[in-house]
Amino acid sequence: MSTSSPTVLRATLPQRAVPDPAAGGRLGLVLLVAVLLWPMLVWTEFRPWDLFDARSLKFTAKFLAEFVPPRHDAEFLGLLLHQTWRTIAMATAGLTLAFGLAVPLALLCTGRLSISALTGRMAAMPYVLRQLARWAAIVLRSIPELVWALIFVRVVGLGPTSGVIAIGIAYGGMLGKVYAEILESGDAATTQALLRNGAGRLQAFFYGTLPQCSTELVSYTVYRWECAIRSSVVLGFVGAGGLGQELDNASKMFAGAEVSSILLVFILLVAIADRLSAWLRKELG
Amino acid sequence: MNVVAGRELGRARCKACWVSCGVLLLIVASFVSLNLKWADFLAPDALAKIGVFLLGFFPPETSTLFLAKAWQALLETLAMSALGTLLAAVLGLALALPAAKVHADDPAWTKPFARLLLNALRSIPELVWAALLLICAGLGPFPGTLALALHTAGVLGRLFAESIENAPPGPASALRVRGISELRIFLYATLPQIWPQVISYTLYRWENNIRAAAVLGVVGAGGLGQMLSYHLGLFQMRETSTVLIGMVALVALVDALSFMSRRWLGR
Repeated sequence: MSTSSPTVLRATLPQRAVPDPAAGGRLGLVLLVAVLLWPMLVWTEFRPWDLFDARSLKFTAKFLAEFVPPRHDAEFLGLLLHQTWRTIAMATAGLTLAFGLAVPLALLCTGRLSISALTGRMAAMPYVLRQLARWAAIVLRSIPELVWALIFVRVVGLGPTSGVIAIGIAYGGMLGKVYAEILESGDAATTQALLRNGAGRLQAFFYGTLPQCSTELVSYTVYRWECAIRSSVVLGFVGAGGLGQELDNASKMFAGAEVSSILLVFILLVAIADRLSAWLRKELG
Repeated sequence: MNVVAGRELGRARCKACWVSCGVLLLIVASFVSLNLKWADFLAPDALAKIGVFLLGFFPPETSTLFLAKAWQALLETLAMSALGTLLAAVLGLALALPAAKVHADDPAWTKPFARLLLNALRSIPELVWAALLLICAGLGPFPGTLALALHTAGVLGRLFAESIENAPPGPASALRVRGISELRIFLYATLPQIWPQVISYTLYRWENNIRAAAVLGVVGAGGLGQMLSYHLGLFQMRETSTVLIGMVALVALVDALSFMSRRWLGR
């Protein structure tokens, strides 16, 4: 049986290679994409051959050649350690501010704590107030933290203060909106039972709503802390200090050895934050 | 309650206690070591300065010439994000193949190296890539597009590699036993199976990249961000305000579209 199967197969298979039946349609799709792509290539000034002209190639090669070995004298490493801590501190302080902003916003937004909604529809005024709080959170979040930082650097000057405030505002909006969504995703029965029996809103929140959602809230916050570390590096580029600013200075001075050393530290920092956040979320989840 | 369960509960509480102590310590240390200048921000004259600064944003600049320029920058931002994502999807697929163990007997020599490369691409943010690429490619939207492509390739490559490893092995092994080359197996058996995932991951990243592309220009990589930092640098607040409105409108539009399409798909 098994010995005859190759012959059977050969007999049933077509003798000649059949062209791919879907080839025509695929070719048409590729042509369509190419036509759509053309204006984009023009708009983005997509000229990869510019990378390979003699002058830019020489310059790139010189810059990259300096990458090895990364700069590793004690003075520079000390500076890097200091700036790494500043990056972490900026993210942590920013997220703390964001938390302070997000908790009231989320409590205002969430329809779970509405007393008028217990008897059917929410009354008009509270509904408007809740929608306003939600829109405030969305507006705070929809301006990227980098733009907030650019604006605050103009107001309070260079330094970590503007970075911390920028992270606080942008992440405050984001956390507020997501917290409200998480609070509303749980089972409403306990909270409503407490409210119906005359518990205050905060009592109902702490004993009814929060226990169901606390792990999800914590794990989302930890995840955002990890994101804040990444963005606090980026904020350094507009003058908020930390690793980002060092990297900006080094790359403007074409100091390849310093750039590679900062990049390595940065990759390590992100990897550690990633692990730590994953571990915390698993432990607390 | 038995003793073991009680001990278990005690240990869990202890752990939660240690974690919260650690978090508190981190927060206090952060605030102390940064010596933040709240006075510069909250003092009455500073608040007045902020007020004047913010009043300068009104009314936004609406001359036709400037609006045309801002519109062009918006299109540039969109084009950067779309092209960057497309390049990233192609590069991500190309790197996902060596980063995946395609079948049980595959020695996957390249896997650790490809994974390392993907992780490095991924852990450097778009903006840092842009700042580095400016050195090689000069100012303009082109380095911005490449920066988006490199970071996103790292993200997508890892997701694609996982899709490839999780794809049902049947069709691929049917072709493999006939001695068909690995590339054609990928094109005709694996790729069609993971195609829906490839498309949905790519669209999701495109959504992220529009947001990223809007701010990339701050380091000089084209689009709305470049206009923003240019006019803000010259303290031309009315122009800045127009650009900001354009940026927020773009982000809000993308958010709304993705929310609606997700609701429509989830129905």
